[in-house]
Amino acid sequence: MVKHRAEELAKEQREISVAAFFEKNRHLLGFDNLLRALSTTVKELVDNSLDATEEMRVLPEIKIELRQLGETRFVVSVQDNGPGIVKEQIPKVFAKLLYGSKFFRYQMSRGQQGIGVSASTLYGQLTTGKPAIITSKIGKKRPAHHYHLKIDINKNEPHIIKDHIVDFSLDHGTRVEIELEGKYQKGKQGVEEYLRQTAIANPHAEVIFIGPDKKKTVFKRVVQKLPKEPKAIKPHPYGVEVGILLRMAHQSKARNLQGFMSSEFSRVSSNLAKQICDRALVDCRMKPKELGHVQAESLIKSIRETKIMAPPLDCLSPIGEKAVIDGLKKEIKADFYAAITRRPKVYRGFPFQIEAGLAYGGEIPSDDSIRLVRLANKVPLQYQQGACSITKSVLQTSWRNYGLSQSKGALPVGPVYLLVHIASVWVPFTSEAKDAIAHYPEIIKELKLALQDVGRKLGSFIRKTVKAKEQQERVNLFGKYIPEVARDLAILSGENKVLIEKKLNSILKKNAKAILNEKKES
Amino acid sequence: MKKKKVSSKDELKKFGKDLVGQVKKGKNPLIELPVRSLSNVEFDKKSRTLVLGNKMASRQFFNVAHAKKFLQTLEVAKVSGDLLKEKKHASLRDVFYMVKRTIPGTKVNVVDDQSESDSVIEDMELIVGKSREQLNVNANKMGSVAGKVVVEDKGDTIDWSKMGSGGWSIPSNVEDIKFKKVAAKYVLYMEKSAVWERLHEDRFWDKQNCIIMSSQGQTTRGIRRLLQRLYNEHKLPIYVLADWDIYGAYIYSVIKYGSIALAHLSEKMAIPGVRYLGITYQDIENYGLQKHLIKLKDTDKARIKQVSQYAWFRDNTAWLKQFIMMKKIDAKAEIQALSARGISFISDTYLPTKIKAKDFID
Repeated sequence: MVKHRAEELAKEQREISVAAFFEKNRHLLGFDNLLRALSTTVKELVDNSLDATEEMRVLPEIKIELRQLGETRFVVSVQDNGPGIVKEQIPKVFAKLLYGSKFFRYQMSRGQQGIGVSASTLYGQLTTGKPAIITSKIGKKRPAHHYHLKIDINKNEPHIIKDHIVDFSLDHGTRVEIELEGKYQKGKQGVEEYLRQTAIANPHAEVIFIGPDKKKTVFKRVVQKLPKEPKAIKPHPYGVEVGILLRMAHQSKARNLQGFMSSEFSRVSSNLAKQICDRALVDCRMKPKELGHVQAESLIKSIRETKIMAPPLDCLSPIGEKAVIDGLKKEIKADFYAAITRRPKVYRGFPFQIEAGLAYGGEIPSDDSIRLVRLANKVPLQYQQGACSITKSVLQTSWRNYGLSQSKGALPVGPVYLLVHIASVWVPFTSEAKDAIAHYPEIIKELKLALQDVGRKLGSFIRKTVKAKEQQERVNLFGKYIPEVARDLAILSGENKVLIEKKLNSILKKNAKAILNEKKES
Repeated sequence: MKKKKVSSKDELKKFGKDLVGQVKKGKNPLIELPVRSLSNVEFDKKSRTLVLGNKMASRQFFNVAHAKKFLQTLEVAKVSGDLLKEKKHASLRDVFYMVKRTIPGTKVNVVDDQSESDSVIEDMELIVGKSREQLNVNANKMGSVAGKVVVEDKGDTIDWSKMGSGGWSIPSNVEDIKFKKVAAKYVLYMEKSAVWERLHEDRFWDKQNCIIMSSQGQTTRGIRRLLQRLYNEHKLPIYVLADWDIYGAYIYSVIKYGSIALAHLSEKMAIPGVRYLGITYQDIENYGLQKHLIKLKDTDKARIKQVSQYAWFRDNTAWLKQFIMMKKIDAKAEIQALSARGISFISDTYLPTKIKAKDFID
């Protein structure tokens, strides 16, 4: 019997676990090279810690330690004072990819997909063979659980190596230690800069960093109040696509389509749900579990054609103008600070909100391009600056109007530290590594408006300081001219030089204000 | 100039006293002088010269925009005062260096460029009503003359026909020159010293019984004054030979009507009776010079547009025709283009023919 090639191939074809996929494609998650792997690990752990503490409504205190074991071998340790994790969940949270609380909800948070932390576990395991070590405690009188965890790559399931109870210094909180291959470097894309930017964007957090050189850096808490708690919202129909609609319908417990739509979407009343179904020529009394593909498509089409109120916008938690300025002030010594928090807007049914802040002058180098700090849900974005719509918006703003020099298509030059933040229930990143914001026109428009706002504030400050400086220079210059003029007049007229000089000085004094205020005419 | 009776020295002193008087009264000292720019120059149809209008400019010390100019004015006045006291003359370049220095405690120079001190000297002429020469400031001498004329200068007798190959170089101040004998019948002034050398070598002035005179580029005050004196005192016709381009035309108009910057001196320098001999478009056609032209640059075209709108060209059909032709054939011609017809073509044929035929443009 002839064996078909397809049959041979069939033997090799099998399911790939998500863990096995990421083993091969680690760059998708931000583990492309040693330098980046280390900073991504720190970033994922710190983001998680901040989310956890804020969910518990406690002021975050996060301790990050990097211990160097060999030239490219480090232990990353991050400890927080968050709520801790119940024993049963610990293995899944840290050793199963795509497991998390955040994926199915529409709420502003740092982590989104439930990949980050376990991807770090996976990376550590792949490069060193060592497990991730977790210690977590959920309350004063509760035990602290201590786990050594690995990921079973074929099954994408946790593999528990050690599980016992230890002493823990905090009443509640979590410590994660991951040994990995990495490289530590200071500078723009390094760990320390990431923590500094995090501290600026989260001035309510106390961040303590102990570097490989054992040097301790404390990013102090300057805001004593937690930011507003972000609220979870239901998805808005405008942001839903056919596949999502089908999945949601099939998982729904509602009895009919009308009930499903009005209970699981934001801004859809029972009445509106019926309208949508009628327009799509789909029976609104059908069971959601039986929704077919064709019907789903016509429902989506009908949704797009129906006017639906924008989603609730009070679900976001911006940093806030004052906190942005406080954050900048504590880390950047400058002469001038400005910030704007724009009102929330909507893209594809998702609420989002743009903030911008800047520091000018002081110790910021003045002959260099401005420093641009991009933030998404209060998390610094350190890579792919060129691909980001924030960068695009900065480039397209004409900073010359605001007193900075700028060549075409380049970042402006001047002593400016510019921070731009997008807060959203769903930040549209261009990739899973969460490096750059996608180019939605609604977002770019808001970004530009925010930049123009802080730009105008900067411009008026620069004009004022430049004017004051010029005025002082004018007075000084006249003072320097007077002896020359007096001498010439004395020679020409034969009169006393000292007298003329005295008189000219008194005229200058008396009229200084008027002389300064006059416009420079040609 | 007006106020002739008062000496330059006294005028300068009066200028200083007036300013000190203002200072003593606690006033912001102010210098007033007529505006010296196109906006304040009028073409007086009666005298057919450029005259200064009535617009006044003021220069105040305590004014950011004026302070430096104010100081420059005083500095130049002082330098001139010193020169008069010591009975010495200085060149424009000398004055520049006498004024140029950094104001103590600043990075500001009183003047950075000679054009600044030159311009202030011209202002001083208006402020004190004395010419530059009367303020003991002379320009560099530039230009040569040859011809059948004998003059006396500072006690020396000079025969313009016996000055060798270089001719007599015209001093910047010709006020005190006395004409002892003028046998020439007309004056030929040319824009190019190279052309003057050609004519001198050919002894054109001897053959034609005339005076040949030149400077390089812009005509200096000394030359303009000398031309006017020959025209007024000896009734000699003056002919101008210049390149057929917009700059040549302007050089001619300065001799004839006066210049914008020195409109206050037109009376002493303008020669309304001067005639333009060439080069003209007709010459280019008559002598087949079409292959010896230079293409116009954008700046040339812009200048043509500007000059043809000046009041003293605007109604002059003959000149406007020349300008139109320049634009039309998109070219200009130098005097030396005539050399294409032979090195001495200019002295043997071109000039005698033109002068005999009285082929001029007014």
